[in-house]
Formats: sequence, structure tokens, C-alpha cells
Amino acid sequence: MANSQALCTSFKVEILGGVHAIGTPPTRATTAKDTFKAALFEATASLGAGTTTYSTSGEVTGAGYSAGGITVTNGTAPTSSGTTAYWTPSASLTYSNVTLTTAFDAVLIYNSSQGDKAVAVYTFGSQTVTSGTFVLTMPTNDSSTALLRIA
Amino acid sequence: MATVQTTRGEMNEADLVKKEGAIETDREFTKWVEYWVDDELVHRSVHVHLKQAPALFPELEKING
Repeated sequence: MANSQALCTSFKVEILGGVHAIGTPPTRATTAKDTFKAALFEATASLGAGTTTYSTSGEVTGAGYSAGGITVTNGTAPTSSGTTAYWTPSASLTYSNVTLTTAFDAVLIYNSSQGDKAVAVYTFGSQTVTSGTFVLTMPTNDSSTALLRIA
Repeated sequence: MATVQTTRGEMNEADLVKKEGAIETDREFTKWVEYWVDDELVHRSVHVHLKQAPALFPELEKING
């Protein structure tokens, strides 16, 4: 046997689960899972790796859409396969009966339990919706396609 | 008879012109449906299916080397 340098896969999963607080941990009111939300942003916005918190700047507006977006369904615990930890919302993001006439092409996933801190930005082809429904179906929850993956 | 929610309220689908489309890239499969009255768009719905999200912290793979 020989030792091998590695970031432990269990640690990756535990990062997603909030087990480790390498920095100063936030004060949590409960031991419940945090609530994550998904907000849509116009194609002219500039979200990306530098986004730190949710803001209404650049967010879509329109009938049927509430600022801040919708709550992400979190029914599946983070897990791992091989050396990759991963997690995906357990349901599609569905914005029902909305009118969003300004083109949008991004969704921001953020933690509404922790000061609206940003998690990730995902982009897609630019869209509009008129008196209709916008559905964002999640990728397969596995080590190669999941929404959040720590490889 | 099927109805559709439109900018003019609930309308019979038979009274509308339906247009559909789809596009597939390496990252998404997207379908949309539109309903028109003459030259007026009265309904548009979109379904985006994300195929693969970019990996977070891929640089950590270097540590795993």
C-alpha cells in the first residue's frame, strides 16, 4: 500500500452539508436545512462567478413573477460517487402563469436562510414567456451531470 | 375542448394558431410552444431541460492527482 494525496470525498459531501466551518460559521437559528431559492435574470444582467448575494438588479419583472424567485425543492441529500460529491434539487423549477417579456437567460440559486448568499449561476438560451409557464428541469443527479458537483 | 391561458384570458385552443419549436445544445434541451391570434402572440411557454451543469471547484481535481 502507499499513501495518496487526496481531498477526501467524505469532506466534499460534508461541505455540501455544512458540516465543516473552516471560516467563522454563521449563526443558525435552527438545525434545519437551509432554504434555497431560484431567481431569473435578464440577458443584460452580469451575474457570474463574482456574484456574492442575490440582488434585484437585473432580475426579471413581470406579471406572476415575485422578486426573489421561487423556493428550490430540496428532498435529496448530498452524496458522492467515485471522488465527486454532488447534489441536485429534487424537482424542476416551475414559474407558472408568468409574463416575462424582457429576454432572460440565467437563474441564480441562492441561500435565503443565510443572507441570500449566492450559490451558483446557470445560463441557458435566451427566452421570454407570455401568459405561460417557464420550467427549468434539473439535470440527472449523478457525479457527471448534477447541478452542484465538487469534483 | 382544450383551453389555453392567454393575454386575453382563457381561450379555446382551436381558435388559436399554435407554433412549436425546440433546440438542443450540449448543455440544454429546450422546447417552446406559442399561440397566436393573427399577428399577436398571446401565449408562450418554455421548458428548458438542463443536461449538465459545470463542475464546481474542478481545480480540486489537481489536489486529487
